[in-house]
Amino acid sequence: MSAGTEVALTREHGLELLREMMRIRGFEDRCYQLYGEAKIRGFLHLYNGEEAVAVGAMRALRPGDAIVSTYREHGHALARGIPMNKIMAELFGRQTGCSRGRGGSMHIFDASRRFYGGNAIVAGGLPIAAGLALAQQLQRQSDITACFFGDGAVAEGEFHETLNLASIWKLPVLFLCENNLYAMGTALERAQAETDIAAKARAYRIESTAVDGMDVSSVEHAVNNAADKIRNQGGPAFLEMRTYRFRAHSMFDPQLYREKSEIEAWRKKGPIVTLTTRMKALGLMTEEDYRRLEDDAASEIDAAVQFADSSPWEPAADLERFVYAERAS
Amino acid sequence: MPSAPPEAQARLSYRDAVREAIRCALRGDPRTFLMGEDVGRYGGSYAVSKGLLEEFGDERIRDTPLSESAFVGAGIGAALAGLRPIVEVMTVNFSLLALDQIVNNAATLSHMSGGQLNVPVVIRLATGAGRQLAAQHSHSLEGWYAHIPGLRIAVPATIDDARYMLAAALESPDPVLLFEHLYLYNMEGSLTPGIERVDLEHAAIRRPGRDVTLITYGWSLYKCLEAATTLASEGIQAEVLDLRTLRPLDDATIVSSVRRTRHAVIVDEGWRSGSLSAEVTTRLVEQAFYELDAPVARVCTAEVPVPYAKHLEETALPSAARIASAVREMLTRGGSA
Repeated sequence: MSAGTEVALTREHGLELLREMMRIRGFEDRCYQLYGEAKIRGFLHLYNGEEAVAVGAMRALRPGDAIVSTYREHGHALARGIPMNKIMAELFGRQTGCSRGRGGSMHIFDASRRFYGGNAIVAGGLPIAAGLALAQQLQRQSDITACFFGDGAVAEGEFHETLNLASIWKLPVLFLCENNLYAMGTALERAQAETDIAAKARAYRIESTAVDGMDVSSVEHAVNNAADKIRNQGGPAFLEMRTYRFRAHSMFDPQLYREKSEIEAWRKKGPIVTLTTRMKALGLMTEEDYRRLEDDAASEIDAAVQFADSSPWEPAADLERFVYAERAS
Repeated sequence: MPSAPPEAQARLSYRDAVREAIRCALRGDPRTFLMGEDVGRYGGSYAVSKGLLEEFGDERIRDTPLSESAFVGAGIGAALAGLRPIVEVMTVNFSLLALDQIVNNAATLSHMSGGQLNVPVVIRLATGAGRQLAAQHSHSLEGWYAHIPGLRIAVPATIDDARYMLAAALESPDPVLLFEHLYLYNMEGSLTPGIERVDLEHAAIRRPGRDVTLITYGWSLYKCLEAATTLASEGIQAEVLDLRTLRPLDDATIVSSVRRTRHAVIVDEGWRSGSLSAEVTTRLVEQAFYELDAPVARVCTAEVPVPYAKHLEETALPSAARIASAVREMLTRGGSA
């Protein structure tokens, strides 16, 4: 685990981190419900349990940095600052959604926030991250590219090809592996000969650290350090975020592959409960603060659902728009 | 009409024309760079990029590891960030290792993001058979790629197109795949005076004729022209249509030619089943059925993995003789020759 995680926590900063994590948790819980109501369809992958990774990482990254994410990206998108209304509307398939209803849950994009998806092929985003970073390098920018992917991606060839390329070309990529221990239902040790993921990155001569992904402060600190190192010295860095998914892989997963007791044990060290307990013990927040954050999140989510539900559909006549770039005539 | 550039008078190879296209692109636009396997120190597997490393340096002429998925994806990412990468995939055969990036990313990102993103990447690939390279190095899969919405597929068959299609592809905000037939690299010719740019929209009539339209692209263009010469000596005037772009297909030019000749033979180095030749046939059936005097015929590669031995390979591939036979058979049966 990374050293030096004891950053002095202030009330203001701690509440900000908590607020972001609670927005995501509340959003995901509402999505679960909305799926049952058939407002959201298709594949839906929820981020419950992993909130500390998105929130800690996005706090440490800058607006000019590029982000590449996965199909479990609602948390990354929210923490990046993409308006909840646009994300919810996309999940509803509406015209006001990020991708005008063409992407859905797995394909949230926001070019203005340099958020490049929402990639639903495992490891398929890694080569793109290398390319975004190559552009940053060729244009002599101080921005970096942060690339999220799961432990499942580590088994794919694109993971290995991209780590190697990023290393030999010294590309400014921060690889952020969200190791939640399961690739869908296949446990890490059943899929990987070497389960120490951070060690794999070292084999490509990339500086690599494992981080307690359930602790938002540890994540923020580690990403800060890694991003600084990339900005100052160039070359990629790799962080393995050790985390856990509380809910099923998707809405079609009866979770036959893991014990309820395992999930319960991880819930006890969940990122929201951990930070809340810590802040209360330090006298940095009260139960009232918690309620207020909860209410704020609920109001924002209610408004987003209202916005999405009342938004228009993209006209079917516009189906074929955007397959090719629309040239100014 | 601008005066012809000095190079227009000179003989040059198809390979030289592609190299000059890359050189001009690199000189004209600092956002452009070339990357791929052995494009730098080795000079390119087909010697296309020979000398470019010395002229432009290793930041813009980038040798990659043998990681097709990673460097094609890196081209897509760099294009998303506003650069204009030229990615050389040594041959179409190896592009299968980058299919995820081409089909799942390059082709989808514009639509899937609601038009927020464009992917102005150009991917160059050597394609085709004819050099006794056997099954794994002789594919003609450009028709496969033409199946995919979001991609633009162009096939330069002439010296002019080899010289100018790249610029048109780089101007396109969409991903463009340029297929260069490996048999054409050594072909020599000269640039047409007065032509300084080409489009990626239109088919071209390479030889006019009134009796039958031979619809083709790539190396097969020359087999069709040879067949047309033979047929002319027999009194049959074959029109030869070079598709140039496989996506989009230029229906208007195809249909207008066939409406005049009332006969169509499609010549495609790809296999016939589920193929580009099937697509062109269908469009003719949809748009010119009542103007056809005979069923559409096809000359394609035999439905086998392309074999090594010379006589077997030659038997498998379209040839001028097979094309001429197909025309004679069509016109004889139709009774209108």
